Amino acid sequence: MELAEIGIKFALVAIIFGISLVVAMYSTYAERKIAAFFQDRVGPNRAGPFGILQPLADGAKMFLKEEIIPTNATPFLFIVGPSLAILTACIASAVIPWGQNVVIAGKTIPLQVTDINVGILYIFGVVSLGVYGVMIGGWASNNKYSLLGAIRAASQNISYEISMGLSIIALLLVTGTLSLGEIAQQQHGWHWNVIYQPVGFILFLICAFAETNRTPFDLPECETELVGGYHTEYSSMKLGFYLFAEYINMFISSAVMVTLYWGSYNYPGMDFMNELLGTTWGPLFGFAVMFFKVLLFIFFFMWVRWTIPRFRYDQLMDLGWKVLIPLAIANIVVTAVVITFLK
Amino acid sequence: MHNHPVYTDNDPQTEYSTLNLGPTHPATHGVFQNVLQMDGERIVSGVSTIGYIHRAFEKIAEHRPYYQITPLTDRLNYCSSPINNMGWHMTVEKLLGITMPKRVDYMRVIIMELARITDHIVCNSILGVDTGALTGFTYMMQYREAVYEIYEEICGSRLTTNIGRIGGFERNFNKIAFDKIRNFLKIFHVGLKEFESLFNRNRIFVDRTRGVAEVTAEAALSYSWTGPILRATGVDYDVRAMEPYSSYEDFDFEIPVGDNGDVYARFLVRNEEMWQSMRIIEQALTKLEKEPSDIFHADVPAFYLPPKEEVYNNMEALIYHFKIVMGEVETPTAEVYHAVEGANGELGFYLINDGGRSPYRLHFRRPSFINYQMYAPMSQGMLLSDAIINMSSLNVIAGELDA
Repeated sequence: MELAEIGIKFALVAIIFGISLVVAMYSTYAERKIAAFFQDRVGPNRAGPFGILQPLADGAKMFLKEEIIPTNATPFLFIVGPSLAILTACIASAVIPWGQNVVIAGKTIPLQVTDINVGILYIFGVVSLGVYGVMIGGWASNNKYSLLGAIRAASQNISYEISMGLSIIALLLVTGTLSLGEIAQQQHGWHWNVIYQPVGFILFLICAFAETNRTPFDLPECETELVGGYHTEYSSMKLGFYLFAEYINMFISSAVMVTLYWGSYNYPGMDFMNELLGTTWGPLFGFAVMFFKVLLFIFFFMWVRWTIPRFRYDQLMDLGWKVLIPLAIANIVVTAVVITFLK
Repeated sequence: MHNHPVYTDNDPQTEYSTLNLGPTHPATHGVFQNVLQMDGERIVSGVSTIGYIHRAFEKIAEHRPYYQITPLTDRLNYCSSPINNMGWHMTVEKLLGITMPKRVDYMRVIIMELARITDHIVCNSILGVDTGALTGFTYMMQYREAVYEIYEEICGSRLTTNIGRIGGFERNFNKIAFDKIRNFLKIFHVGLKEFESLFNRNRIFVDRTRGVAEVTAEAALSYSWTGPILRATGVDYDVRAMEPYSSYEDFDFEIPVGDNGDVYARFLVRNEEMWQSMRIIEQALTKLEKEPSDIFHADVPAFYLPPKEEVYNNMEALIYHFKIVMGEVETPTAEVYHAVEGANGELGFYLINDGGRSPYRLHFRRPSFINYQMYAPMSQGMLLSDAIINMSSLNVIAGELDA
């Protein structure tokens, strides 16, 4: 690899890293504003115009807060927990294709950090690791509420990963590849996978809610039962990391859903737009389209959170094992049969 | 289990863990504790600890003149303090044998039904919060705010109202107050409908509440349950209908009952009671129009403080003012029990008087205290999540629980 290429990759990594952090930061702001909108409130409006600087103020507050490690906690693991959570959340974005190749000054730059041929497996692996952050943090706190939250998080994530994986298998039957870059390319124009895999998409969406611990699956941290769940004992930036990881995860799962099902950077009439805008601005416009879709999904996550109650633990398990998994298996069978007969 | 809380894990039964639910847990709205033996998420047994904010109101009341006990009743169930105030006034009036003008009765009915609505608003919307839906809560709080503005217009305060006096009201309702009441009825029709559409048929909410903490009518009666939670088990006991006070017999209203006494039935009963309360207020407003508009207290100069300008210019008024304030008024030696339908059950006042300025003994029959006795036995075998929504649907108010 040439030095210039490495430089470009580094720049891309930095940009995507920066974007996901900024999006996560402003998701907290958006969540509060959207909640306020749903609940006839005003929301944050003190820091800057319309409270636009609120995330920065929150960040500064988090850094300046006193760092408390409970006496009976395990100090090393207590710190490892949030670090793992934020680490796994941040590295998942590496394989997501953000757009077609951009040509800048005669150089072709792919808008994807790396197009490994097992992209989906990579995302699954990294997301599964995310639960370790929650488990370790909850266990190391030496608090019963944290422990209950951690146990809930672990069993919930494991259960829902199964149906998530099964829903993806049906998609793989359609696409025939594990590489996210290729999956994105296949959905050229309006050939979005959601048209071929509507049930699979809904299954994936529900599982994504469960994986990101968002309402109605926010049992690991439901404040009315478990005080703060796994992060009851956390304060300062360690708490910030947990909250941040949740928002980054939400961003990543939105991006994954857009990539897998909602056409990634593709949109109807993209050939015409690419000709019109050229090889530099065309793909960048595609990137904007993808970003817009991702933001819509983030909005959807928040919309659901402020609309419906949460499940009880056993109902959550029932839904996961007795409804979603059979549905996902049926989806695989139906997809396989249809593909066989159409070929 | 011991009769006192166990705070540590050094219990012989080591396979269970001890969980201190409260006193500063977000789900214990107020300050009370449950020491639970947990088998994972399931509650094996529990012990309730109460008395964290016990303020010895009954003892304090023995040293206060009657009119100064009203602020104590404010702090029982502070979600619907006007009902407590009115209940206390009516108890003293019963002791003194005062008959109230109809207009005062109807004014009291309006205030009490408004208070019932605020209490049910709080209980039902908090039940929503405890199942994870915060938005219904913020919607409903706007209507509670509207009721608090009515209180402000009538008596100047909002939460602990100290509303009314022994013998009537301290002043007449003004036009703005009536306008606000009418406006509230108008907007609350819309709001309550919206709230019901958010929850009543919400699949997750119904799944969470249906069949949770079912109570049979026999069990409820054997624990002396009263109020909406008793009616949710199917028993149509309501003090307003059984022992009408404050002219409730003049009103046409229904007593909603539930089927199996679970959390969902309690939720529906409370919602329906809000509709009935609105009906009663509407009737009361119509009835008020037929009454002379300047009567707002009974003619009992020995117990009702005269207005200040009369005290300065009229000798009799000055004498009464002095006697009332100094506690020189003769009261009959008697025992009185008076009960009102509080927002979460029968709120009773048992008053023993020895003829002095303050009660010889006063006992509050606090519905929260009595309803809560079943909580620990009920929780056995429940999931933690169910126990928590059960607690919020019992509507235990810490101030009333501990008095």
